[in-house]
Amino acid sequence: MSSSPDHDVILKLEDISKVYAGTVAVKHANFEVRKGAVNVLVGENGAGKSTLMKIIAGVERPTAGRILLDGNEISFSSSGDAVSRGIGMVFQELNLFGNLSVAENIFATRELTNAFRKIDHRGQERRAAEFLEQLEAGIRPDMLVEDLRIGQQQLVEIAKAVSLDARILIMDEPTSALSAAEVEILFKVIAELKARGVAIVYISHRLEELIRIGDYITVLRDGRITGQEQMRNVDTQWIVRQMIGSDAKDFAKADGHVPGAEVFRAEEICLPRVTGGLAVDHVSLSLRAGEILGIYGLMGAGRSELFDCIMGRHGQASGRIFIDGKQVKERSTTRRIQRGLALIPEDRQREGLVSILSVASNLTLASLSRFVSLFHIRGGAERQAVMQMVRELAIKVADPAQEVSSLSGGNQQKVVIGKALLTGPKVLLMDEPSRGIDVGAKADVFRTMRKLSRDGLGILFATSDLDEVMALSDRIAVMSNGKLTGMFDRAEATEAAIVAASALGHGPVHGEQRR
Amino acid sequence: MTDIPAKVAAPSASSGSVLLTLMKLRTFIALIAVLVFFSVAAPNFLSAANLILMAKHVALNAFLAMGMTFVIITGGIDLSVGSIVGLCGMVAGYLVLNGIDLLIGYTIYFNVVEIALITLAVGILIGAVNGLLITRLNVAPFIATLGTLYVARGLALLSSDGRTFPNLVGKPELGTTGFGYLGAGRLLGLPVSIWILVVVALGAAYLARHTPLGRHIFAVGGNERAARISGVRVNMVKMFVYMFSGFCAAIVGLIISSELMASHPATGESFELNAIAAAVLGGTSMSGGRGTIGGTIVGAFVIGILSDGLVMMGVSSFWQMVIKGLVIIVAVVVDQAQRRLQSRVTLMQMAKAG
Repeated sequence: MSSSPDHDVILKLEDISKVYAGTVAVKHANFEVRKGAVNVLVGENGAGKSTLMKIIAGVERPTAGRILLDGNEISFSSSGDAVSRGIGMVFQELNLFGNLSVAENIFATRELTNAFRKIDHRGQERRAAEFLEQLEAGIRPDMLVEDLRIGQQQLVEIAKAVSLDARILIMDEPTSALSAAEVEILFKVIAELKARGVAIVYISHRLEELIRIGDYITVLRDGRITGQEQMRNVDTQWIVRQMIGSDAKDFAKADGHVPGAEVFRAEEICLPRVTGGLAVDHVSLSLRAGEILGIYGLMGAGRSELFDCIMGRHGQASGRIFIDGKQVKERSTTRRIQRGLALIPEDRQREGLVSILSVASNLTLASLSRFVSLFHIRGGAERQAVMQMVRELAIKVADPAQEVSSLSGGNQQKVVIGKALLTGPKVLLMDEPSRGIDVGAKADVFRTMRKLSRDGLGILFATSDLDEVMALSDRIAVMSNGKLTGMFDRAEATEAAIVAASALGHGPVHGEQRR
Repeated sequence: MTDIPAKVAAPSASSGSVLLTLMKLRTFIALIAVLVFFSVAAPNFLSAANLILMAKHVALNAFLAMGMTFVIITGGIDLSVGSIVGLCGMVAGYLVLNGIDLLIGYTIYFNVVEIALITLAVGILIGAVNGLLITRLNVAPFIATLGTLYVARGLALLSSDGRTFPNLVGKPELGTTGFGYLGAGRLLGLPVSIWILVVVALGAAYLARHTPLGRHIFAVGGNERAARISGVRVNMVKMFVYMFSGFCAAIVGLIISSELMASHPATGESFELNAIAAAVLGGTSMSGGRGTIGGTIVGAFVIGILSDGLVMMGVSSFWQMVIKGLVIIVAVVVDQAQRRLQSRVTLMQMAKAG
């Protein structure tokens, strides 16, 4: 990668790795940040972008590797430490105090004070007003942050970062809640910062945005850096190829078995949203034995909520569900599992696993009654079932008595799948089954899905990955804004039609409306 | 009974593993240390009479600590056990002395077995109230059981207007004699209360390891959301642990009034804190999901032997409090250090492998 003379490297990450319990988020990453330029970072969900940025901002500390600032090795003990060295960050999730005013938020932890340590509110508001003016947002500095729209809050967050007068400014998806006009203003501000020699690290999913304002681009995939280039040398195809990988995904091939009779049907499922409206809006669908029905939709389309309703996790949900043609009247999750439903939740850590229990205990947690005589757990029968699952799903574990948190993300996911399978389900609901796991484990998971459908299980799986839904599904349902907006047979499905259906009910890109 | 201390670290080549093993055995090491120390420092410490006396003291705290262990494993806390001890003692004393006046000129007197069962039922009932407050009304466990702490204590005081029920020998013609057996009786040379402790402890340890309910208690404490999605009846599990804690407290109430042949409404004040201390010392994690009955019993013995031994050495009770506090703090510090060491070892291995 050649460098222009006017863009000196200000910050350099060398061989950085970050390990969390159960997952390796960043693997041996080398990353350079250049002065007076927009350094773009892209990658799919869970590729490790946010982790890498948190390391630069001093929020997280790397497990291994070196950070060089102006050629000197440094280590940040806190984010305050990073700020004092001129590194500022706009976080993806807003870090604002809703109960304080805009000015107080902008100057939080570095309040302007007079000689007696009394906060100079007037001075703060005057200074804050200057920054807000740049952003042309029409925000008064004495307003409470919680009274602002989400988009305006994001602008306050940006104003706060700009006010740091940082040499390096990290922006993690700064436009996710901004309207088109607000994005234009942000780009103008970025251009001014660039002219002042500020190094900007810019993270976004929107490729057209990146290509427009980026100078350098770095692509992350599964925690590894797969490409680093000057922006003028690349095009969209290059970015996508680096993001997804040329090895493509190893989707198990369909074996051509024919689905059987209807095994599951949902009718008129509705779930009210806390803020009004419906999170799931009169969704009806049916599933046949041995069929894989993919549910495609963007974030917040209502896929996870639909699964939650089917599992009986929401008391206020309405609608009817049927298994083998018989209505399921039971409302508790426990009873629905007994009727043959099983859910593999999207968030493995929060909902899928009891991380401090062993692999074995996690596997049998949902199906203990199978191994019980009277009230005694038959240890032998339980161990046998555990070993069989470990073999069938190729879970890489030395000893099933090991804590489940010591496994890699992919193997943890297999444990969650194994737990669901041990309940002997007729219908399997899989919410983003391939999220945050490595390529090999993905292939294993997909193969398992094929095998289960061949064995006659009905599988509903939700995903926001277009390739995945196209490659694995027998039929594709599309959800948008809580509604079912499309249903395609694989033969007739095209990417364009699916994407069009997934955007129904969304206005133009106005962040506030999407929330 | 010593299942946790006996569980040795998985064999690993790293140098941290010896330290880890020592840390995991810490409660056991502490128990041996106090035993050795006092047998040297305090005369008569090792006499059979003294050991039995100490075991009787320890048993009271051990009952409460077992109930507390299950509650803490689910991620809760039960502050009301001390008050339940007091109230249940009063219930038993009242029934022995007064029976139940039916207000139609008759009074029912129960025999001692019936009185014991009614008292246990009262303890379980108060536990059920705790459980309902926590599961149905979503009151935080700390607050719910703080409330019942006051209510139960108040009821105990009201039952006798603050006075003691003295002289619970009962009357042979009413069939209420024999109440002293629980506290003073012996079976095969050991006090009855010790036998009860052995039975309840074995039952609780079996429950924790070999029944679905036990497994579910750990799952709820480890990750309540995941447990719910896996079909665990979370509310039922929580109801059980608070009811079991109430049951254990009722046993203690019975034993104390039986030993003294009197019930005093202030009995059991601050017992809940000793129970929590024993559970924590035995390796129960306050954040839920971790703990064993065996560890808790060992913890109760460490605390009990420490205070009795210090008394025998003639150490002032003020210093005893200081020492007890320090032991608890050190135990938790070591516990944290062990967690950190363990997770660092795991992470390093993963970083190497990944």
